[in-house]
Amino acid sequence: MRDVAVVGFAQRQMKEFDGSPNCVELLVPLFAECYAQTGWTRRDIGFWCSGSSDYLAGRSFSFVSAVDAIGVMPPVNESHVEMDAAWALYEAWLKIQTGEVDTALVYGFGKSSAGLLRRTLALQLDPYTMTPLWPDTVSLAGLQARAGIDAGLWDERAMAEVAHRSLTDAEKNEHAIRSGGSSVEDLLARPLYADPLRKHDCAPVTDGAAAIVLAADDRAREVSDRPAWISGIATYVDALSMGTRDLTRAPSAASSAARCDLGGVEVAELHAPFSHQELVLRRELALADDVAINPSGGSLTGNPMFTGGLIRIGEAARRVWDGSADKVLGHATSGPALQQNLVCVMEGRA
Amino acid sequence: MGKLPAAVVGVGQTHHRAKRLDVSMAGLCREAMDRALLDAGMGLDDIDAIVVGKAPDLFEGVMMPELFLAEALGAAGKPLLRVHTAGSVGGSTAIVAASLVQAGVHRRVLTVSFEKQSESNAMWALSVPVPFNMPVHAGAGGYFAPHVRSYIRRSGAPTHIGAVVAAKDRQNALKNPYAHLRNPDTTVESVLASQMLWDPIRYDETCPSSDGACALVIVDEDTAQASPNPAWIHGTVMRSEATSSAERDQVNPQASRDAAAHLWKQAGITDPFTEIDAAEIYVPFSWFEPMWLESLGFAEVGSGWKLTEAGETAMTGSLPVNCSGGVLSSNPIGASGMLRFGEAALQARGAAGEHQVDGVRRALGHAYGGGSQFFSMWVVGSEKPTS
Repeated sequence: MRDVAVVGFAQRQMKEFDGSPNCVELLVPLFAECYAQTGWTRRDIGFWCSGSSDYLAGRSFSFVSAVDAIGVMPPVNESHVEMDAAWALYEAWLKIQTGEVDTALVYGFGKSSAGLLRRTLALQLDPYTMTPLWPDTVSLAGLQARAGIDAGLWDERAMAEVAHRSLTDAEKNEHAIRSGGSSVEDLLARPLYADPLRKHDCAPVTDGAAAIVLAADDRAREVSDRPAWISGIATYVDALSMGTRDLTRAPSAASSAARCDLGGVEVAELHAPFSHQELVLRRELALADDVAINPSGGSLTGNPMFTGGLIRIGEAARRVWDGSADKVLGHATSGPALQQNLVCVMEGRA
Repeated sequence: MGKLPAAVVGVGQTHHRAKRLDVSMAGLCREAMDRALLDAGMGLDDIDAIVVGKAPDLFEGVMMPELFLAEALGAAGKPLLRVHTAGSVGGSTAIVAASLVQAGVHRRVLTVSFEKQSESNAMWALSVPVPFNMPVHAGAGGYFAPHVRSYIRRSGAPTHIGAVVAAKDRQNALKNPYAHLRNPDTTVESVLASQMLWDPIRYDETCPSSDGACALVIVDEDTAQASPNPAWIHGTVMRSEATSSAERDQVNPQASRDAAAHLWKQAGITDPFTEIDAAEIYVPFSWFEPMWLESLGFAEVGSGWKLTEAGETAMTGSLPVNCSGGVLSSNPIGASGMLRFGEAALQARGAAGEHQVDGVRRALGHAYGGGSQFFSMWVVGSEKPTS
């Protein structure tokens, strides 16, 4: 395997994206930030890969105009996944591993405020049997949270503790769209939203975009004395079938972790759009008690669709860059109730 | 380091029809997958990862269908990637699957792409108004017709060339048991007599709208060497350019020319016309055959139509193009690119049945998408590449 590192990261997260019909124009300044961080121009980028969703944009080929944001000529080596951009990062990492390119810029974007997100996401379900019933994302997460409570794996207080810690940490994150103003008691006193979930247990509907630069070997060292080297990356998926899965588990997260060495991870940015899902992931990834979880505030304080997972990888990488951690974990999820997961372990090296 | 060797050892596709009422999306994918696995002599337990591709989700009305298809695709408990690069997606999906092997991450990857267009309405799915974008709601034919007119004007091609392509591909389709359109009496004259849709594109010069899927099994060197007839991957490429800009040449896009140049270099090919023995080129409207022949470097600019007119692209010619019947005969959009890649692999493996060209050593698979802006291509060969 080649040594590949995260060497650039830019993001925007907001409750609503006023003044534009889409997120594409948001990408141009994000690319500019990545160029400023690396000292590169678009001609230094060997491969481009994005993650987005046509359904979120409400039309076909929503990624096509995003390519315009890269620039016009010359043509680029480019691809797209209809998934969170964390999987675009995986495709870019593969491309670098083949030796075809040394650098890549990965981006994701999603404007959830244009529609009713929980209704839109119901269209991810089996169209022949489940979609006609419109069970929405939040309700499905509620079922998952209840299953864990009934099984004695967590309780509402443990969920509130996750939310409280996230909101407190988010006070230091300029991109968070929700932060502070909580105590566990306050949170537990708030009304139920989708029993047993309260609003703070659910990620806020968020618009946003993000970009990450990957580079191999000396190209990474050219940018930084302390790049975030990817020492392990893996992804798995579970069956959708809500009735037969054990919703308190996420085997695909455990399988992803098993392909990487998570020993010694100090910081983990987990893509857990619901508070109880952080508890599921902690168990599946077998994270030690002293691992700092989501110091950025995590998805509960800002979760732009199709880039929420990529942001977790970027936030984790930043802890390596600034020297506050030597080994970190970025995680992404997709699909209802943690169906699909990706794990990316990064390390700083002397 | 360079790419590790990889090869196609299994190819499967569905019977293509306007409406496959007998199968669900899952059933459609399984029909192609089961044939590919049978061809490879493998079961799903032998497969390490699944890569799935399709064109816009609005074609079937399901958001990210790979999530509900995970079990049917045999992906539950395995890695799953979903690719979407417009009309080129079938080719791009095969390339991503190949890269999993070429990068040394997995040894045996199954890739499948599909479109069940009868579940929805492609024209509607492509015609959602987008603020601040050009309102081009004339369908794909309306978008591409000006490119064709421009090609005819620039090259001085006689106006019957498109009909030559259509008659050839529809006749070739009769040799392909999986083809959607099976019109035994198609001739140049009958194509020219068909209704004009988007001048100069006539009805019989357009692709159908199909339900269908294609699947490939792509494996590492050791596994390939145990296979009786692997199609070795000699080169892969993807290139994209923006939708609109004054300097775009939509008849012969730079992304297409750049992609071809990079592909031939990887495959060690200096004269594609003599060194490629069979080509599966994405031709959804007949005139794209001469246009892409030029762009890919098979002919000088302005003279692609001469190859077509002289019969050089017929099965008996020196560069047989679309012996399977091509996109003109079957077009399940998300799968169409992979069908081109898969048919190229069948030719290199000597496994194309009635539409096999004799003695194929190297074959081209080609796909394009968007407004002639996304390109994916590969060269596969009967022998392991030397470099």
